[in-house]
Amino acid sequence: MTKRCVKVYPRFERLWHWMQVALIMALLFTGLGLNGLHSVIPFGPAVMLHTVAALALLALWVFATFWLFTTGTWKQFIPKIEGMIEVARFYAWGVFRGEDHPYKKLFWRKHNPLQAATYFGLKWFVFPAIWVTGILYLTYNFWGQGAQGTFLISVIANLHLLAAYVIAAFVIVHVYLLTVGHGFRSHVAPMITGYDVIDLTPEQEAYLEKNEPDRLKPAK
Amino acid sequence: MRKIRLLMTTIGLGLVLSGAGLAQQTPVPQIPGSNSTADHSKFEILKKDFKSGPEVTEACLSCHTEADDQVQMHSIHFSWDYTHPETGQKLGKRNVINSFCGSVAGNEPRCTSCHAGYGWEDMNQPPPQQSNAVDCLVCHDRSGNYTKLATGAGHPPLEAKGTTITGAKAWAVDLSKAAQSVGMPGRDNCGNCHFYGGGGDNVKHGDLSSALYDPAHDVDVHMSAVADGGEGMVCSTCHVSDQHKWDGSRYNVHAVDTTGTGKPGQRREVSTCQSCHGTEPHPVNLKGVKLNDHTDKLACQTCHIPSFARGGVPTKTLWDWSTAGKLKAGKPYSEDGYTSSTGKHLHTYLSTKGDFEYGENVQPYYAWFNGQVEYSTIDRKIDPSGVVDVNRINGTPDSPDSRIWPFKRMKGRQAYDSVNNTLVYTHVWGPTTDSAFWTNFDWAKSIKAGMKAAHQPYSGQFDFVDTYMYWPITHMVAPAKDAVDCQDCHAQDGRMQNLAGVFLPGTNPNGPVGLLGKLLVLAALAGVLLHAGLRVFSGKKGTHHD
Repeated sequence: MTKRCVKVYPRFERLWHWMQVALIMALLFTGLGLNGLHSVIPFGPAVMLHTVAALALLALWVFATFWLFTTGTWKQFIPKIEGMIEVARFYAWGVFRGEDHPYKKLFWRKHNPLQAATYFGLKWFVFPAIWVTGILYLTYNFWGQGAQGTFLISVIANLHLLAAYVIAAFVIVHVYLLTVGHGFRSHVAPMITGYDVIDLTPEQEAYLEKNEPDRLKPAK
Repeated sequence: MRKIRLLMTTIGLGLVLSGAGLAQQTPVPQIPGSNSTADHSKFEILKKDFKSGPEVTEACLSCHTEADDQVQMHSIHFSWDYTHPETGQKLGKRNVINSFCGSVAGNEPRCTSCHAGYGWEDMNQPPPQQSNAVDCLVCHDRSGNYTKLATGAGHPPLEAKGTTITGAKAWAVDLSKAAQSVGMPGRDNCGNCHFYGGGGDNVKHGDLSSALYDPAHDVDVHMSAVADGGEGMVCSTCHVSDQHKWDGSRYNVHAVDTTGTGKPGQRREVSTCQSCHGTEPHPVNLKGVKLNDHTDKLACQTCHIPSFARGGVPTKTLWDWSTAGKLKAGKPYSEDGYTSSTGKHLHTYLSTKGDFEYGENVQPYYAWFNGQVEYSTIDRKIDPSGVVDVNRINGTPDSPDSRIWPFKRMKGRQAYDSVNNTLVYTHVWGPTTDSAFWTNFDWAKSIKAGMKAAHQPYSGQFDFVDTYMYWPITHMVAPAKDAVDCQDCHAQDGRMQNLAGVFLPGTNPNGPVGLLGKLLVLAALAGVLLHAGLRVFSGKKGTHHD
């Protein structure tokens, strides 16, 4: 095994991530305002901003989904039990004792098992919950009528709100965990530059050197 | 070459000048008349020295042969009688009791001063049936010189004595001048009665006041002058007439209109906003689409009339009859405790009428409304243990025939029969009777006489009960920039806070799910802080480097 500086996040993935950051922050901010939590932006403009940001995020997700499946990157997000206990034990105990993170980033496995499970939950349950309810919310006038409509829109709005709060909680923990291990800067840098230092098997190294030299920074 | 050019220029100039000279000599002939093919000042029959209103009407009918029948037999302006098609209730001024001056019955010549006819002096009789009893001039006089006497059962003042229906000092009306001036009704024709309902300027409606004779643009976008950015419309621009009938009932309101504009020249039977503006009036853009979405729950008026009694004329918001009758040294007195924004002092107490409150720029009361109004008519039992609705507005959130409408909610306190539990007719006006309240200050006599005049049973026992009376707000449409803003309703304690059956985002951030969500975020924050704290405390920040 050799440590090499490899491009793990290609340009589209980084763009996807940061656009998602901007849009989710905009949606959370305007959304909480619409829910009545603050009135920094007046209600009308907040609705318009929220709608535009939501439609942009949906478009982004369409592209991301296409990208995930055409590049095979989707496999990165399939959760595995293996190693999960160790990672959980590290966050609950080892981290206070100065232990190293038990998970070593691999070329075909960017996420630790706990991370992969979290993203899996987000992608399969929380994000769909928010966009499905969001679209229903937005299109209320096409389907909602009478007492039943009023009841259904209340349920939909509450599910939308709950999903939003779950995402807010995720953002808090997600940002915090960047400070654990190698530290905030070194965790954020790969998502900006695309490069991270990971262990490569001799076969992987040889493959990359021969077929995708652009993804490797020269060995020191 | 130059000479030729000079010559041509001279000739050209000469031609232009001579052309101008010709134009001055023979001006373009003017089209005769204004907006009509008839100039009524040229009719011989209208040049007579008329001695009464009915004489003028006879002259009108000599050409307009069907007008009397249209008005007399088919118009609520004349019949004051209306049977509600859905509830079957007998309504109309002839029958209902309100929370203002009470009832027409028992007070005829005063109340019928605004009748579109002449000489109706007894509500137990139908309005006068002879064809010259129709008052054409009250609606069609365009000289501005016609009016009706305040206490003359509809007749105009023919000498400078008494007051007019608007409370002004009466003058001798020149009937011939009025007759020769006739045209389509202007604002004053409608307003002189409708702006002064309830005994004074804007007392009743809240959205119909003398401010509408010549409103500023921000008071009424439709009726303000074109030069002021408005449309210069008159009442009948929207309340389009068809055989002397037009829309605008307060008993059976077109609360919902999903038909829109209709084909050209159509839809004379409604005066709805949609009949001009269509059913999707906002532009197709991000904002407009969402606003159009609101039309399934809201009347146009709800957003576009942010407050009523605008333009400097206050409306009466409370009328407490129970305090009426107090005298000072045996004499009636008044208190002027309210000053309007234009500096006018208004009565807050009158021995004749009791206590009043007023408001300007009043935020409406909002309620679901399907257009159907039920009155606490004399045949209905009231429940005096609570506030009695003088007119109940019907409508439900779940029904497609209802919208949220703005109302003026008039607070009242008025007499009722405490044994029979009905509202009562009161005899208030009658300068020569020994039972009229305004001259005798005795409720027992006034109610007894009122009930007798209306031929209704009366136990002889009375008390006072708190009442609400609802007036749909539909005039004084504000410019779009002044429309009710989203957050006026989409906020905690917003305008719709007491309205059931509507889902309104932004009004309750602390519902069960809102609280659960906040708890979740707080738990995440607490967990993170605890974790970070432990890392600091253990001295291992978890930022171990290889």
